[in-house]
Amino acid sequence: MERTFPGHGHKSPLHGITVVVDTTGEEVWVGRCDDEDGERVVLLDADSHRDGEDGKSKADWLAGASRYGVWSRHPRVVIPRGRVAAIRPLAELA
Amino acid sequence: MPYSPILVRPMREELVSAGVQELLTPEDVDAFMAETQGTAMLVFNSVCGCAAGMARPAVRLALENGKTPDRVVSVFAGQDVEATAKARSYFPDIPPSSPSIAFFKDGELVYFLPRHRIESRDAQAVAGDLVQVFDEHCA
Repeated sequence: MERTFPGHGHKSPLHGITVVVDTTGEEVWVGRCDDEDGERVVLLDADSHRDGEDGKSKADWLAGASRYGVWSRHPRVVIPRGRVAAIRPLAELA
Repeated sequence: MPYSPILVRPMREELVSAGVQELLTPEDVDAFMAETQGTAMLVFNSVCGCAAGMARPAVRLALENGKTPDRVVSVFAGQDVEATAKARSYFPDIPPSSPSIAFFKDGELVYFLPRHRIESRDAQAVAGDLVQVFDEHCA
């Protein structure tokens, strides 16, 4: 079965952009933003890191992610808006 | 699940008409990678309108530079699936993304432009990055 092109007009302006979602907790996420609104942020092909995991701070891990991107360890993840401290394009870290 | 070949054809032709050779099979990719002399650029083409819509014009603009790679090829992610997987297998430490662009000198990967550095930028800005690489590495 072949696909046709979907419209994106109803999505967030961040749709399709690889973003960093820092949380109010120890986790930080990087993934392709599918959509975001007042309720949640939806990321596709995402990866996450917990502050201090493998001896790396969030900043250390993001420095690596900003170079070549991240592996798709989570095909789709929904982050409640209340847990989001900040969201910005990964390219801004480069 | 690939897109219709009819819908994708203009995205292929946008690069082919600029002199980019399409690698359609794993064998094509192996043959390209086996040639290690000189400079070469590999474009991971994509249907993604958000980023690929900038990547293809950027490649076309960059190829108007005075210095350009000896060989310029592409694979189409999501369309030529086996060829794309084979191409990515040559740099397994880099997470897959498309569109993206790899640049080789004498068989060594010396530059990689991932998708997130193409998103939200215009074609001229992306082309500027490529031209810097061409001017540094190409004869």
